[in-house]
Amino acid sequence: MSAALLSTEGLSVGYGATRVLEHVDFHIDRGEIVTVVGPNGSGKSTLLRALIGGLAPDAGRVRRAPGLRIGYVPQKLVLDPTLPMTVARFLSLPRRVAPAATRAALEQAGVPGLERRQMAALSGGQFQRVLLARALLEDPDLLILDEPTSGLDQPGAAAFYRRIETLRAETGCAVLMVSHDLHVVMAASDRVVCLNGHVCCEGTPQVVAAAPDYRALFGEGTAGTLALYQHHHDHRHEPETIDEAAPCSTTS
Amino acid sequence: MLDDFLTRAALGGVGTALAAAPLGCFVVWRRMAYFGDATAHAAILGVALSLALALPIFAGALVVALVMAGAVTALSGQGYAMDTLLGVMAHAALAVGLVAVSFLESIQLDLMAYLFGDILAVSRADLAVIWGGAALVVALVAWRWQALLTTTLNPDLARAAGLDPRREELVLTLALAVVVAVAIKVVGVLLITALLIIPAATARPFARTPEGMAALAAGIGATAALGGLAASYHLDTPTGPTIVSVAAAMFVGATSVSRVVGRV
Repeated sequence: MSAALLSTEGLSVGYGATRVLEHVDFHIDRGEIVTVVGPNGSGKSTLLRALIGGLAPDAGRVRRAPGLRIGYVPQKLVLDPTLPMTVARFLSLPRRVAPAATRAALEQAGVPGLERRQMAALSGGQFQRVLLARALLEDPDLLILDEPTSGLDQPGAAAFYRRIETLRAETGCAVLMVSHDLHVVMAASDRVVCLNGHVCCEGTPQVVAAAPDYRALFGEGTAGTLALYQHHHDHRHEPETIDEAAPCSTTS
Repeated sequence: MLDDFLTRAALGGVGTALAAAPLGCFVVWRRMAYFGDATAHAAILGVALSLALALPIFAGALVVALVMAGAVTALSGQGYAMDTLLGVMAHAALAVGLVAVSFLESIQLDLMAYLFGDILAVSRADLAVIWGGAALVVALVAWRWQALLTTTLNPDLARAAGLDPRREELVLTLALAVVVAVAIKVVGVLLITALLIIPAATARPFARTPEGMAALAAGIGATAALGGLAASYHLDTPTGPTIVSVAAAMFVGATSVSRVVGRV
């Protein structure tokens, strides 16, 4: 328990009279990759906002490890067209960083050399990488990503997930991610938490896919399959072994 | 040198423009134009109160502008769209302020001076208030600059970095109230928002960074103040509206140029 970077106990959060999260016990440990999935309105984004301190809990508590540094990648960042912003300037928010650090972060995020470009002129994929670079400049213990691959096509999402995996290996930071896709989660997830107002099941990707609760929740259209994210679309040099374990072959 | 009313007017105009420019950028970025209007219009009520209670105009305008900003913040999220709410507040404040002024029969009051400014009547004491207020606003915005920008981009981004977006919004509200109180003498309550928005909007096509836009807006605002003053002197036109007209002409020019040349 003491190893948890960030945890909640009996967390309940709502907007006015509407309860969105009810008695959620959640934790993420150092170096762990956790993916939160759930249907629309299940409270995924609410959970993230409560975790970063943007929403006060109605009940329960959020515990942070002392000195925890969070790198946050928001789901969507709408840049008002009246706000001029170069990539380098954006990366210096909220803390000013040296040009060398900017360059390194962009390289680490996989988009080197974009410093002088206007944020508004970036492609969706580049924009997402720049958001990631900014989060990395916080030197985070924990990266929080809110639906980072929405708006990316499948190869784009694949490349993004690969980058996250590499980052975890390089820096040892924990990763907490909300997935917009109920059926495709990052294969490298140590744990998948299935949320629907409460934690309805959690475990390794395979365990969650097999859980009756998960099937009850997502079973309708897809016959309860969890198509694990496996890098097999465009990735050659990593022999994957979890194919057999994944119950992903019953799609209609 | 301060004996010359034109010199005092020029200094007053430039001081106001310098304070309004960086704040005006945030008003544009955060789409707060109507909020600026509501705060500025409320100031006429502050003027009435100040005159009734024999207080300095600056103090009365500042307090009422702050109360207005607080009221708007408190009422937001109560079921009305923000622009509806601000539309109600802005015009109600102006109307109530004008009614309040009409009760002050005993006082000789040139209402036009407060609605459209009276920059040629700027005194040494006014100059001290204008430059003091301008220095306060510029210092406040400069101090919170990074946090304000982060909050403007995305409140959750600010929260995750340990900032409190509500506090930063309070800073902006406070700065806006000070600018309103300072600018009454120069352009009057009806045209304060113009002084905030037009220089910032004019600077936008030529700026690559937020800082660049703020600096450029300050230069454009100061140029408009001096140009407007000179024009009104030669053409014998009301000074406040002339300053805003010059700013508007610069906006039209800048927009045309950027259309032709393309975005920088």
